[in-house]
Amino acid sequence: MSRKEQTITLAHGAGGGAMHTLIDEIFLTAFGDGPLLQKEDQARLPLADLLSRGDRLALTTDSFVVSPLEFPGGDIGKLAVCGTLNDLAVGGAMPLYLTAAFIIEEGLPLVLLERLVGSMAEAARRAGVTIVTGDTKVVERGMADKLFINTTGVGVIPAGLSLSIGSARPGDKVLVNGHVGDHGAAVMLAREDLGLVGELASDCAALHGLIQPVLARCSGVRCLRDATRGGLGGVLSEMAGASAVSIQLIESELPFRPQTLALCELLGLEPLFLANEGMAAMVICPEQAEQALALWRGHPLGRHARIIGEVVSPSSPGRLSLLTPYGGERLLEVPYGLQLPRIC
Amino acid sequence: MSLPHDFRDAGKVKALLAAITAAAGPVAARLGRPLQIMEVCGGHTHAIFRFGLNQLLPSSIEFIHGPGCPVCVLPVAAVDQAVSLARQPNVMLASFGDPLRVPGTRGSLLQAKADGAEVRVLYSPFDALALARANPHRQVVFFAIGFDTTMPGTAYSLLTAERAGLTNLSFLCHHIRLMPTLTALLAADDIRLDGFVGPGHVSMVIGSRVYAPIADQYRKPLVIAGFEPVDFLQALYQLVLQLSEGRCAIENAYARVVAPDGNPSALKVIDEAFEPGVDSHWRGLGLVPGSGVRVREPYRHLDAAELLISTPQIKTATEPAYCNAVLTGRIKPHQCPLFRRHCTPEHPVGALMVSSEGACAAYYQYRPEELR
Repeated sequence: MSRKEQTITLAHGAGGGAMHTLIDEIFLTAFGDGPLLQKEDQARLPLADLLSRGDRLALTTDSFVVSPLEFPGGDIGKLAVCGTLNDLAVGGAMPLYLTAAFIIEEGLPLVLLERLVGSMAEAARRAGVTIVTGDTKVVERGMADKLFINTTGVGVIPAGLSLSIGSARPGDKVLVNGHVGDHGAAVMLAREDLGLVGELASDCAALHGLIQPVLARCSGVRCLRDATRGGLGGVLSEMAGASAVSIQLIESELPFRPQTLALCELLGLEPLFLANEGMAAMVICPEQAEQALALWRGHPLGRHARIIGEVVSPSSPGRLSLLTPYGGERLLEVPYGLQLPRIC
Repeated sequence: MSLPHDFRDAGKVKALLAAITAAAGPVAARLGRPLQIMEVCGGHTHAIFRFGLNQLLPSSIEFIHGPGCPVCVLPVAAVDQAVSLARQPNVMLASFGDPLRVPGTRGSLLQAKADGAEVRVLYSPFDALALARANPHRQVVFFAIGFDTTMPGTAYSLLTAERAGLTNLSFLCHHIRLMPTLTALLAADDIRLDGFVGPGHVSMVIGSRVYAPIADQYRKPLVIAGFEPVDFLQALYQLVLQLSEGRCAIENAYARVVAPDGNPSALKVIDEAFEPGVDSHWRGLGLVPGSGVRVREPYRHLDAAELLISTPQIKTATEPAYCNAVLTGRIKPHQCPLFRRHCTPEHPVGALMVSSEGACAAYYQYRPEELR
């Protein structure tokens, strides 16, 4: 059988020769430039290096499931790296290490796995982090959907930095770095079951390079989150709730791509609740908002950055609303579950 | 040119709002009460709140949210039938997105899916054809619901399935026709309405001429509207103008989409596939004479009702009485004692809370908290 036709079988997870070949040929080839190569059961990380970078360890974990595995702008591998790094970055941490665990459904083409693992390695390399330990399991057909990845990230938070979603105050400005809903819209189109085509790409990207210069220069950053599941609307609503304030967005200032808006119009979805995978939402004191905006706009991931609204007095805590271009105000209620396409 | 932008132009919106306010004030003063305008279509209800128009219009105009949300009027029995079909082995049930959440007596389609039933969300009935072709060993059932808007899609798919000799596709039809529904509303004596904003998508299919009896017989003005703010306000302005001049006529403020005779090809396939005039029970509306359709005899083998092992009984008793009061404009959603307390989008008691086009869901989602 040519390599092209090979698929993952239960043998690849059985602990024998097939598994070692898989680990050597796919995982170590892609990730192997650090502790992983030593093939120990654990990664050993030098404490002195961590200590020199800050005073707190940041630890986060996330599991990634996405269908299709590859979509315009990214794939599950890139997503599994960027998603976890972003969870570190929005806490102000400098991300350093990642772990990676794979649950593979038997039958997954070997070349596809190789491509996804390669994409992961590339994303980690670009982000300047090392994948230091990992695990592979193979499950029977039907027990998983092709490939699930879990990553855990380790980073260090510099002394003196303390961000929290509970810190927003009235008068603060709300900034985002890019277009709303790109990932959700791109994946929806890539699924093909809606019979729609478009030219949208996921915004999947690691954000610490965008975030850290702002944190270094602007002491007035209060809250920072990456808007993933639940979208920008979901994350801002959480901030408003945790900070016991209201957040008011200006509809005309929201960066939407026309394709995303058109898709949402067609399906009856609210774009503010579509997922992003490379969007930071930041609340910052009003005096430093313009400075932060300029810093973001100078970064490739922040070219479309905007100030999209502000924190207003907490007359009704947790309220997220939108000022329409006509002067009306619309309340944004986070949907309970899935957004379902509307009938007509 | 970007179409939505032109029809969302803030300058035009403000000018129309001013004109409406100026025209409506004197009429309301003359009547001694606000104008009672029914926007028939759920899409319009959604648009009113989405664009914040409700806050910008004067208190001299009051909206009665009409019955035109197909998901909201879907009877419990229809959901039960779909759920029972979806739970049959070898059946793949395809549906539009928002019916999935509607609660039946034995749960919703979403619950059936979680329990292992194969439920697929489609954007168009045409996709059901592709799904059936791709799954020749499964029985694909399309849950066909909606007003006249979605009927041509179902009809065309059904006729195509027949011509192609597809034996593994059938249609569970719970379509509802707008005109009999409007007529039944107008015939009820406890309705106090001054005029209608007519639906855009339904009218694209059935045209504007068919509304003539509403003006001639029931003496109510109706203006057909599109869904962008400028479209909707233009129609509302024309409606208020008619009321201020004491006229009642059928007018079309959505002529870029709606033709006087509708879409002849769409009407032709509807007529070919469906037999009209079936008395049907709808959630919140009860029995509406002649509002339903039946698959015509030559195509009866494509009617999924034939697959039902036992037809669940029509149960209207499970519906809270308040839904009917909201649907007929006797109370506003927030005046219902269940609203926000027992009935929420998470746990809808009535279907008006289910679809984003439902009046209750729209109130829940968009109304500022002064109503909480």
